[in-house]
Amino acid sequence: MINEKTIIAGFGGQGVMLMGQLLSFAATEKDINTLWFPSYGPETRGGTANCSVTISDEHVNSPVISTPDTIIIMNKPSLAKFQPKLKVNGICLVNSSLVKDEEYRDDIRVYEVDANNIAKELGNLKVANMVMLGAYLALTKVFTEDEVLGILKKKFTGSKAKLIEINKYALEAGRKAVL
Amino acid sequence: MAKVLMKGNEAMALAAIKAGLDAFYGYPITPQNELPEYLSKQMPLHGRAFVQAESEVAAINMVYGAAGAGARVMTSSSSPGIALKQEGLTYIAGAELPAVIINVMRGGPGLGGIQPSQADYKQITRGGGNGDYYLYSLAPESLQEAVDLIKESFDIADYFRNPVMIAVDGLIGQMMEPVDFEREVPKWDLKPKTWAADGNRKNRKKNIINSLYLDPNDLENHNLKLKAKYDEMRDKHQRYEMINMENAEIVIVAFGSTSRISRTAIELLKEEGINCGIIRPITIYPFPQNAFNEIPESVKNILVVEMNLGQMVDDVKLHVQGRLPVHFYGRVGGIVPEAEEISDQVKKIVGGTYE
Amino acid sequence: MSNVKTVYKKSEGLSDFHLSYCPGCTHGVIHKLVAESLVELDLLDRTIGISSVGCSALNYDFFSCDMQQAAHGRAPAVATGIKRVKKDAIIFTYQGDGDLASIGIAEAIHAAARGENITIVFVNNAIYGMTGGQMAPTTLPGQITTTSQNGRDPETQGLPLKISELMATIPGATYVERVSVHDPKHVFKAKKALKKAFEIQRDKKGFSLIEFISTCPVNWGMTPKGAVDWAVDNLIPYYPLGVYKDKTEGIE
Repeated sequence: MINEKTIIAGFGGQGVMLMGQLLSFAATEKDINTLWFPSYGPETRGGTANCSVTISDEHVNSPVISTPDTIIIMNKPSLAKFQPKLKVNGICLVNSSLVKDEEYRDDIRVYEVDANNIAKELGNLKVANMVMLGAYLALTKVFTEDEVLGILKKKFTGSKAKLIEINKYALEAGRKAVL
Repeated sequence: MAKVLMKGNEAMALAAIKAGLDAFYGYPITPQNELPEYLSKQMPLHGRAFVQAESEVAAINMVYGAAGAGARVMTSSSSPGIALKQEGLTYIAGAELPAVIINVMRGGPGLGGIQPSQADYKQITRGGGNGDYYLYSLAPESLQEAVDLIKESFDIADYFRNPVMIAVDGLIGQMMEPVDFEREVPKWDLKPKTWAADGNRKNRKKNIINSLYLDPNDLENHNLKLKAKYDEMRDKHQRYEMINMENAEIVIVAFGSTSRISRTAIELLKEEGINCGIIRPITIYPFPQNAFNEIPESVKNILVVEMNLGQMVDDVKLHVQGRLPVHFYGRVGGIVPEAEEISDQVKKIVGGTYE
Repeated sequence: MSNVKTVYKKSEGLSDFHLSYCPGCTHGVIHKLVAESLVELDLLDRTIGISSVGCSALNYDFFSCDMQQAAHGRAPAVATGIKRVKKDAIIFTYQGDGDLASIGIAEAIHAAARGENITIVFVNNAIYGMTGGQMAPTTLPGQITTTSQNGRDPETQGLPLKISELMATIPGATYVERVSVHDPKHVFKAKKALKKAFEIQRDKKGFSLIEFISTCPVNWGMTPKGAVDWAVDNLIPYYPLGVYKDKTEGIE
């Protein structure tokens, strides 16, 4: 029985939308109901960006998630915005490379992942989002890393195919950071 | 056929192609840009027409032209762009041509914002341009429903020889949901377009596409002919869904995204022992007035929820005719109400603390 | 009756409707030339004409081909919409100076820019006729109209737009010519230009615009003869006749 509501938030350009879409694609692949909904600003880069992803065995009603089960926080302003909404005992997954020394509610589970530095060590800062996604998969077990990689393989074809390997390492590194 | 995960705007575009779209004419405006972008690639691949027009006004007049020539034609836009298209829409309705218009609504007035809104309700349901005319207007709440209705909308437009508007908000345009594109939709009984001015005069008299009637008697007759179509829409083609009405003590009236959020709200209310139903208009023109004759005795209040400051609520009051108190809750500016806000309103009304 | 010979008859391209134009107006001649050109090129059965808003708004009744009436200024957009789904149809718009040069200038320019394979028949009589003689974008400096009662003042009302010159600068346009119908010689020349425009369209060579210098005796407050003389003496010097662009002949 799956009913997982996640909000992913950060700066535009951090790959926040893609993280959410990968989850929805993985759900669709398994014929599980899903709904991905972006909050979009007029600017493509640098503005705030967040998306809501619902994955459920049941019909998805409200596209808007008022009480997420999990929040993935990629930057400071996003924490302030979404921490108060997180359900009691929910998962707060934080990119600690950019979000440091914050105050957290004591009724939630906080996991800090040094995603930017891990991504840099892997050779590409851009995969910080995949490091976070790896951590998310490890904690929620909604999908396996292979299921998400399967989606990436469909998306990254041609000249982009070479990017699959680093994304695989990023997912693994994310998992290791929280387990 | 397996379901496909697509962004709303792209899914609506693909649905139109599935319906046999011959031509798309549009102009960029957020939050519907993925729709023309998708078609700019797909239409030429299918050997069909795509033009990015110089303006919204030009785009709708291109639609008018192609519709007059008998093509299946569509445009899409968002609220301020739809306002610009009113000139063409009244000509299309006046000349009795079929066309499909997708309105991915954003907040207004003026340039407003780019976030979701339902503030075009009155513009859509009152015709929108000059003269006595209406658009058959469908307001889907999910991508599957949007795709199914768009596939059917071209038949509806052809049947009535009248523009059909698909009214969604930016939320439906931007979200992604799995969709089955091969679902069967109702097929309408359509006659050949023998009226089309398609430049094929060889074996017939000439055809004229026109909305000008200088003789007042002619124009009155024309207006009455149009009215007969709108009467048929009202009498035979209202669409709505009634949800959880049995023993409901209160009913929410909401369309599109707001109805969907209300579905979550009534689940929350159930947990607190409050039985709340939903009337969900699927056609916002014709307004589903029949639904209000089917409200059970148990219902004591009606709450209208919209992403505007109270537009459909006027139609609800008109058809409830004072039989029940009608309350309103709306969010604007691009703010989408959360289910808890709606359930809180219901609780206030049921508990008698509503102001 | 066997000695009766037909020496002239109405073109098949025109219907039996009485034209609604004022005595002395040149719309009638221009209609005849359009109709004859389409018939002589054997294009009439596959032609769709676009009526605009102005004195010619009712000409959907006058031509015997398929016709569609367009909103003010939008005829080139309507023509585009049709042409893209009926590539083998011959599409012409029939527009006056208010319709094309004022409210519809964007549609005209962009149809040319896209190189739409259509023909615009542009009738310039330097005034709004149907609405009662108001100033047009092509009204001459000093010309008196109902909205320039002291004569068009370039200081506040600007200078006239030269449409053929303007359209010739648009890379997408194939053929642009300005003609007049003030005497038989010029009528023949005008017909030659129209036929060429329709041939260009038939051969899928792109956008053409033929500008006709026309008259409006009623709103100019002149006799038909006086109006023709005024056009020759005043309009043609300001709007010189000739080919402004012809890609098929290398004239750019």
